Amino acid sequence: MSVVMPYGDTTGDGMVQLSFTLPMPHSKVAEGSALQLAHKMGMDPALVVHAKPMGPDFTFFVVYGRVNHVVDPSTVVVVERDYPLLTPKEVNAAVKRSLRRRLTVVGACIGTDAHTVGIDAILNIKGFAGEKGLEYYRELKVVNLGAQVSVPQLVDRARAEKADAVLVSQVVTQRDAHLLNTREMSAAFRESYPSDRRPLLIVGGPRFDENMAVELGVDRVFGRGTTPGEVASFIAHRLAGAKVAS
Amino acid sequence: MARAPKGKLDLDPATVRHARSLARKAGRPIVTLAKKHTTVAVERATLRLAGLSGADDEGSPWVNRLMDTVRADVGLEHGVALPVWDALLRHEAEDLTTLAQKAAAGSVTFRLPEGKDADRARAASRRQVARGLKTVDKRRVERDRLIRRHGDAPRQPWIYLIVATGDIYEDIPQAQQAAREGADVIAVIRSTGQSLLDFVPEGATREGYAGTYATQENFRLMRAALDQSSKELGRYVRLTNYASGLCMPEIAALAGLERLDMMLNDSMYGILFRDINPIRTFVDQRFSRQVHARAGIIINTGEDNYLTTADAIEAAHTVTTSQLLNEYFAKEAGLEDWQLGLGHAFEIDPAVPDSFRLELAHALLAREVFPHAPLKWMPPTRHMTGDVFKGNLLDGFFNLAGALTGQGILLVGMMTEAVVTPWISDRDIALQNVRYVMEAAGRLHEDFHPAPDGVINRRARQVLGESIELLDTIVDDGLLDAIASGTFGLMKRPADAGRGLEGVAAKSSAYYNPATEILDAQEVL
Repeated sequence: MSVVMPYGDTTGDGMVQLSFTLPMPHSKVAEGSALQLAHKMGMDPALVVHAKPMGPDFTFFVVYGRVNHVVDPSTVVVVERDYPLLTPKEVNAAVKRSLRRRLTVVGACIGTDAHTVGIDAILNIKGFAGEKGLEYYRELKVVNLGAQVSVPQLVDRARAEKADAVLVSQVVTQRDAHLLNTREMSAAFRESYPSDRRPLLIVGGPRFDENMAVELGVDRVFGRGTTPGEVASFIAHRLAGAKVAS
Repeated sequence: MARAPKGKLDLDPATVRHARSLARKAGRPIVTLAKKHTTVAVERATLRLAGLSGADDEGSPWVNRLMDTVRADVGLEHGVALPVWDALLRHEAEDLTTLAQKAAAGSVTFRLPEGKDADRARAASRRQVARGLKTVDKRRVERDRLIRRHGDAPRQPWIYLIVATGDIYEDIPQAQQAAREGADVIAVIRSTGQSLLDFVPEGATREGYAGTYATQENFRLMRAALDQSSKELGRYVRLTNYASGLCMPEIAALAGLERLDMMLNDSMYGILFRDINPIRTFVDQRFSRQVHARAGIIINTGEDNYLTTADAIEAAHTVTTSQLLNEYFAKEAGLEDWQLGLGHAFEIDPAVPDSFRLELAHALLAREVFPHAPLKWMPPTRHMTGDVFKGNLLDGFFNLAGALTGQGILLVGMMTEAVVTPWISDRDIALQNVRYVMEAAGRLHEDFHPAPDGVINRRARQVLGESIELLDTIVDDGLLDAIASGTFGLMKRPADAGRGLEGVAAKSSAYYNPATEILDAQEVL
C-alpha cells in the first residue's frame, strides 16, 4: 500500500474528528460557521455533532467528517531516532562504565530569550511529560545557567566546567532569532575548541526543524515534545557509547 | 468494651499526637534560625508595606534600588528601617520614592543611627509601616464584608481553576468566564522563571511565558475584575497567586495589600524545586506566612510536587511528613487551621493495580490527620499524556476521590495537561467533569466507610507509620541535613548552597524591623 488516509470504521473512509471553539454566541449561524470552517479544512461531508455555548461569547464544537486527502508515507521526511531509548539507570550505568566519572552537561537559554521553560523541562529534576529531568541522573552533573546567557559566557562556563555536552534552548523565533543565535553559538564553540575536543552541541525548541543540525553546526536538534529521557539517551549514546539495541 | 472508632480510618489519636510532636521538634530549630536572620526580600517587603512602589526607567523597582544602596553603605544585617528613616529624618528627601531616586543617583549616603537618632528612626519607620499593615487589616475586613454581601462558595470542595495566558488583559475575561462556569477560586499562574527573579516586576504586564507576571498592578486589576464577577454571580470569587521564589515576602505583602485570598506558600518548595538556598527560604517563608496570617489569606502548600519527581506510592509518607512540618511552620507564624490548604495529589501510576484504592487511602489519611484544614487536592500531571481522552477519565476519578474524601480545595485537572496551556474549551470540559461528579456523587462520602481492616485502612496506617519513622530521623539529623541528603522529592539541597544565599545576613544586635515587630506580637493597630 503506497498511500494512506484516515480510518474510521472502513478502509478509505477518511473519517476524522475535530474540536474547536469559535468566538461567537451559539446560534444557527455559529453552527453554520463551524461547518464552513470544516469544509475549508477539507472535510466533506462534515457533520457538527456537538455545539455547546460556553458563556455568552464562545461556542465549542465537535465535528466529524471525511477528508479526501491522502498521504504517501514514502515521501515523508523525519529524523529517525538513531539511538536507543534508555532508562535513567541505564544512562547512569553507561556513563559510569565508559567515562568512569560524571558527565557534565551545561545548559542555557542564549541571547535575549528569557524562556527557561524548555531548558528547565529537560534539566530540572521535575522534568517533563512524566519523565524526570537530567538533574535526576546520578551520573550527570548538570549546570543550568538559566536565561539570557551570552554566547561568550556560555563558552567560558562550558570550558570552566569541562562540559561534555552543551544544551541550548531557544523559544523566541522573532526574526529567526533562534537560528541566528544557534549559528553564533556553534561558531563560537568551533573557534574556541580543537575539533576533537568540542563538547557535544545540542539545541532544542518548539520551532526548530530537526533536519537542520548540519546547517546550524550542531550535533542534534530536538523539536517540540522532546522529553528528558530522549536527550539523556542521545548524550549517553554519543558520549558513553550506549549501543543501539538490536 | 471496644471504644467507638474515630473517623473513617480509626487512627490512633496518640500516634497522630506523636507525629505532631515530632514535627514540632524538627521544626523548632529552623524557626530559631529564621529569627536570627534577615534577607533582602524581607527588607524590601518592609519598604513595600511602608508604601514604596514603582520602578526606574529600566524597570528596576525602587525598593531594590534603595535596598541595594543601603546595603552598600551600612550592610544588610541591621535591617533597612533604621538607615532609611534616619535619612528621611535628616531631610535627605521628603518621601521614600524621592529617597530611593536619590539613592540610585548616588546623592545620599546612609548611616546606622545611634541613640536618640535611632529611637526617632525606629518610631518613624514604625508609624509608616504600620499604615501598610493597617491597609492589610482593612482588606481582610473588606473580604469578610464582601463574602457576607455576595455569599460564599456554594459547596466544598471549592473549585479552583487556573488561567495563564501571559497577558493580564487576556487573563481577565478568561477568569471571569471561568467564574461564570462555576470556578470558586481563580489562580493566575506566574510566568516561568519569575520565582528566580530577585525583584517583583512593575505594572500591568502583557508578555509572559506559560503564565503572567505577579505584579501589584496585575493583582489589583484581577481582583477588581473578580469583584465584578462576584457581584454578577452572587458569590465571592477568590483569587490566588504564588508567594514563592526569591521575592516571596514582597509578593505576600502585595497580596495582603491587594486582597488576594489564597497564596501558594510552601515551607520547602523553593529549596527543593528551585534550588533556592534553604536559609533564605526559611527566613522568607516565616515572614510571608506571618503576613498571610494577618491578611486572612489561605495558604496552599506544595506537597503535590514531591509526587511529580518521586514515586507516589513509595514517597507517600514524605507528603504526610511535609504536611506535618508545613502545619507546624504555619501555626508558629500565626496561621489558623482554616488557613491551611495542605497539599497532596492524585499521582499514582494508573497502571498500578488498585491505584484508586491507594489514592483514597492517601487522601483520607490527610483528611483525618488534619480534620480542620481545607486540604488542597491536586490533579494528575505525571501520568497525563497527549491522550486527552484517557486524561479526561483520569480527571474524573480524581474528582471522585476528592468528593469521597472531603477535600477542601479541588484544583481542576485539565485533559490537556502536558499538551498545551489550557484552552477555553479545555476548562469548560474539565468543569463539566467536576460538575458531573459532584452532582452524581458529591454526597457519596456519607455512605463511604472503608472496611476496618481493608486495603484503604491498612495502607493509611502504614503511611502514617512510615512518616513517623521519617520524622524520627529528621529530628535526629536535623531538618537542614535531611533536606541536604535528598529526603524530599529526591532533591539534595545543602544549606550553604543554592540561589539567593548572598541576600541573607545574620541580624546584628542593632537590627530593627517594624514589620516583624508588629507581626511577631500580632499587634492590633
